[in-house]
Amino acid sequence: MRSLPSVSVREATGPTGSPGQPLKHESAHKHVSGEAIYTDDHVAPPDVLHAYPGLSSVAHGKLVKLDLESVRRAPGVIDILTLADVPGQTDIGPVYPGDPIMVNERVEFWGQVLFVVAATSYDSARRAARLAVVEYDTLPADLTIEQGLAKQSLVRPSHIQRRGDAECAIREAPLTLEGEIRSGGQEHMYLEGQASLCIPQEDGGMYVYTSSQHPTEGQKLVAQVLGIAMGLVTVEVRRMGGAFGGKETHANQWACLAALLARKTGRAVKLRLARADDMTATGKRHHFMSKYRVGFDRNGQIHGLDLSLSGGCGMSPDLSDAIVDRAMFHADNAYFLPAAHIEGHRVKTHTVSNTAFRGFGGPQGMLAIENIIEHIATTTGLDALEVRKRNFYRAEDGRDITHYGQKIEQHLIAPLVERLERSSGYQQRRQSIQEFNVGSPVLKRGLSLTPVKFGISFTVQHLNQAGALIHVYTDGSIQLNHGGTEMGQGLYTKVAQVVAQELQVDLESITCTATRTDKVPNTSPTAASAGSDLNGMAARDAANKIKTRLIEFAAGHFGVAAGRVRFHSNRVSVGEREFSFAELVQMAYVQRIPLSATGYYSTPKIYYDRDKASGRPFYYFAYGAAVSEVVIDTLTGEYKVLRVDICHDVGRSLNPAVDIGQVEGGFVQGMGWLTTEELVWGKDGRLETTNAASYKIPAVGDTPADFRVELLPDSPNVEATVFHSKAVGEPPLMLGISVWCALRNAIASVASHRLSPVLDAPATPERVLNACTDLRRRDCS
Amino acid sequence: MIRFLLNSVEQLIEDLDPNTTVLDYLRLHLRRTGTKEGCASGDCGACTVVLAEAREDQLRYSAINACITPIGNLHGKQLITVEDLKQGAVLHPVQQAMVDCHGSQCGFCTPGFVMSMFAYRKTHAAPDRESLLEALGGNLCRCTGYRPIVDAGMQMYEADTGDSFDASADAVLNTLKSIDSNTDEVFLSGNHKSYFAPRSLAHLASALLENPEARLVAGATDLALEMTQGLEEIDTLLYPGLVPELQTVRDTGTALEIGAAVTYSQFSSQLCAEYPEMAELIERLGSLQIRNQGTLGGNIGNASPIGDMAPALIAIGADLVLRRGDAVRVVAVEDYFVSYLVTVLQVGEFIERIIVPKARAGEIFKVYKVSKRWEDDISAVCGAFRLRVVDGKVAGVAIAFGGMAEIPKRAHHCEQAMLGQAWAESSITPAMAALAQDFTPISDFRASADYRMQVAGNLLQRLFLETQPGAATVRVRLYA
Repeated sequence: MRSLPSVSVREATGPTGSPGQPLKHESAHKHVSGEAIYTDDHVAPPDVLHAYPGLSSVAHGKLVKLDLESVRRAPGVIDILTLADVPGQTDIGPVYPGDPIMVNERVEFWGQVLFVVAATSYDSARRAARLAVVEYDTLPADLTIEQGLAKQSLVRPSHIQRRGDAECAIREAPLTLEGEIRSGGQEHMYLEGQASLCIPQEDGGMYVYTSSQHPTEGQKLVAQVLGIAMGLVTVEVRRMGGAFGGKETHANQWACLAALLARKTGRAVKLRLARADDMTATGKRHHFMSKYRVGFDRNGQIHGLDLSLSGGCGMSPDLSDAIVDRAMFHADNAYFLPAAHIEGHRVKTHTVSNTAFRGFGGPQGMLAIENIIEHIATTTGLDALEVRKRNFYRAEDGRDITHYGQKIEQHLIAPLVERLERSSGYQQRRQSIQEFNVGSPVLKRGLSLTPVKFGISFTVQHLNQAGALIHVYTDGSIQLNHGGTEMGQGLYTKVAQVVAQELQVDLESITCTATRTDKVPNTSPTAASAGSDLNGMAARDAANKIKTRLIEFAAGHFGVAAGRVRFHSNRVSVGEREFSFAELVQMAYVQRIPLSATGYYSTPKIYYDRDKASGRPFYYFAYGAAVSEVVIDTLTGEYKVLRVDICHDVGRSLNPAVDIGQVEGGFVQGMGWLTTEELVWGKDGRLETTNAASYKIPAVGDTPADFRVELLPDSPNVEATVFHSKAVGEPPLMLGISVWCALRNAIASVASHRLSPVLDAPATPERVLNACTDLRRRDCS
Repeated sequence: MIRFLLNSVEQLIEDLDPNTTVLDYLRLHLRRTGTKEGCASGDCGACTVVLAEAREDQLRYSAINACITPIGNLHGKQLITVEDLKQGAVLHPVQQAMVDCHGSQCGFCTPGFVMSMFAYRKTHAAPDRESLLEALGGNLCRCTGYRPIVDAGMQMYEADTGDSFDASADAVLNTLKSIDSNTDEVFLSGNHKSYFAPRSLAHLASALLENPEARLVAGATDLALEMTQGLEEIDTLLYPGLVPELQTVRDTGTALEIGAAVTYSQFSSQLCAEYPEMAELIERLGSLQIRNQGTLGGNIGNASPIGDMAPALIAIGADLVLRRGDAVRVVAVEDYFVSYLVTVLQVGEFIERIIVPKARAGEIFKVYKVSKRWEDDISAVCGAFRLRVVDGKVAGVAIAFGGMAEIPKRAHHCEQAMLGQAWAESSITPAMAALAQDFTPISDFRASADYRMQVAGNLLQRLFLETQPGAATVRVRLYA
């Protein structure tokens, strides 16, 4: 390029898109027109092959015969991949080993990959993959947490957090209770299933398009299975059709298998799982079993808690260490535990390895304590909201240290709950519901307000870092890249807003480019709600570097003090002069000023000493609360959510439209986990709910007709996060616990709230009816 | 050959495997990748496209699931996909409303929602929340929680303008009519498979006699699962949808005679006018996309133990007209089911129409479906009740359940326990107990055997409560 692009000399408006505005998603216009490209939509090379895995059909056993002759002879088949064909490493465990890329002798869950076939069409590959002749020596399979616990079969050692002498506190408390509760797993049901497209490159390299939350881990593992350097592998992710944690580690295997076949055949290879196989062969939210003993007084205040949390991990560690840790970190929710003994067990079962899912163990820990609060309320005869309030963390009386030693510095929960209690009319509605229930033998209403306090940061310290890359071109247009991936959460939009603000340019002048490991290296997964906190700050750093260079250049070039160079509304004032952003950029280019910069950020202040089970694992906490009202049918267990009020803390919102979308969507997903979403395994270890017909995520009619959502106003993050915003990805999911508690509350009315219902999650109509029946029986006896 | 319009361009297809779904045709053959595959089983709506058909001199628009529609079923119709909505750089009002209301997050379900909403806007002069929810019940979104999508559905009417489809409607109508008036055989073959759509009853009957292994494909909402999930390749597909007798609903004065290939969307208003209690059942049967394709003949024909129409039709006392060649016989729906997936249908025989007697004065009819989720779910238990109470006593009763046995089945013992007894709370308990003699349900992922038994009995209680004068509602969905 010799001549520079022409730019308009004065741009009249702008900038549009700075933080705080409810801007549309950067891809919204492409979503609605079908123009947005997902992994399976890429134009593949014309000779692309389609890979499909053959899956095991026992839960536990020795593989004694794998005859692939019929597979090889099937129409369209070009090649087959078996474990022996893997040139590099064969274990793709993301943190600890334990996840063989294909079965090596021992099958450890139903649906484990035995081999992969490559064919000329998707259908031929799928058909061929079913033709293998496989024989197993079947071994006994542990399918439940109880079975695994009984054998002390764990994927990782247990961890204990202690404060004070819980045993003594419980013993000496005026009242004690014990009980247990189970929560089911949850299928991510991202609408776009797992998919990867691998294209061989020169020097033995590989270009990988994949639907993954963790491109860097995909890059690392593809390199390792191929036995090549990471530098020869590039992974690209423009967007995912939903992920929710299900594509953090469980996207890797499919990329690796496609890459191995691409290497073996020398052709591009695509691997996309059909829904039933996706649901069978990839991990889910951990199901949990919790046992508790709690000591408390007649005011409902907790004196001591002994809680054992056991997560069903499936056959390998995957991320289970951190997931069960996070359950333990959230076993207090918003409540001060004067004395606590919290155990976390990572139980091995012969089922698919469970993995990250929005909340990452937090929801399971929180459900355990909310059930305890409800139990205390029934026993003391207090309203559960009153019990909650009396146990909240507060600045006074030393009730501000968590059971893992982190001091609560921002006491938002009490005022937030008070605000919601008032705005939702909680007390009046409580009264009217009580009156209704007395006069209604079949239909019963229930109401509950539950809080959320969720710790923000990866609990693995080194993951709390991010990088970004910004290019400014000579027409003033900008390309933005960072390590975060876009799965619908609006990350690209928010980060672009940050850059627009820093450079004072229109959002439209910024192109969000696909996340790629050759642009920003060594990235962390987009997870732990930390996407905009980390990548927003990294992008801000990069933008500031460019801005600083431009300021220095302009100041020197025009002989003004740096303080008199100002960026505003697509323009730059340099002393008395004024230029458009693009004009200044062109001048800088001609004067040989670099217009590209990388940015970097690492979260300060955080640490956790696992040996002492103490530290400050979280940079800050995000808060929220929800009030849900339900009606149940005590003849069938059917129910309906009548009204939901939410107040949620996002600090100073980067984008209220995006944040409200996260709050509402998270709430409904959490509600689904605790109501209709039921995973059912057969006695043989086969998942029976393998499609949207049998596994029921909330549909449009399940969204409460009366749904009032507010972002907590005037509440900037006290920590120096990007524009004092707060993370929002995961915390709202746990607002859904209010629905479960409201169902529990409605059920309890069957026995006039004298008895505590036993209600495991998900609270399907069947469990609701059983809980009613059980209460009636206990009430009579 | 088959002929249809891909938006405005006529497509003539002769050589294509008729097992090809519309979704694969779009994505793989035309590389129109805006339409997404979420489940390939008609349960998520990500693949929703819109068909326009010529009906009584108008275009009738309906949303369908492309993933379970065989390509041959497009014959004579206009296929509209998400790519067709935007004109140049200008989004369609439906699309603009979705953008403005923040109705997309990951965007993968969005094309399907846009198409369902497009069909809704074409069939409703103004939006109302209830019917909008019904129209979107077959589209799953995992990100938004739906609120902004429903808002967009209400807001898409604010741009009160016609669209390019209105402008071209006459031309499209004329093309579709000319396709319809052409009497060439509707036939498709490829990959040694064939698809044939006879135009007369006699022709259909003889074709099925000559090709006893052929599979009848009407809406394909069940059969297509054998292709997309079971990976079966069906050699011969016979489409009955062009046979006039199978496409009509006839009011005989004492009964409605519903052609086996009439879709739910087409017959439901007439049936619900007669049996208003059916409205909720049909609203919850699959999704609107399924009801736009699925037929009563298909629902009965596939003999599923959990097909929702069968218990209702058994309780009502409906009959089936079965045809084999020229031979016609009438079989009660109750007698049609033999055992799991086995019916009295003989080789070469098919369901021609369903005779639904009209509601009789003085009779109570109720049907209750219980499932995990309200919308688009399969019954754990579906109970249908027809009751005549004379002088406070049960003078006539017919009760049938789905989900309680390997076939939809009458509850004879329960009926006997009620017959002649006072219609009072005291006679419900023995009737509930008698259900144990009628049914030994199984446990599966939808519900346990115990739950099924308990609910079946409790539905009798609900029936009793609902028939009491002035009773408050005992159904959560009616409570607000």
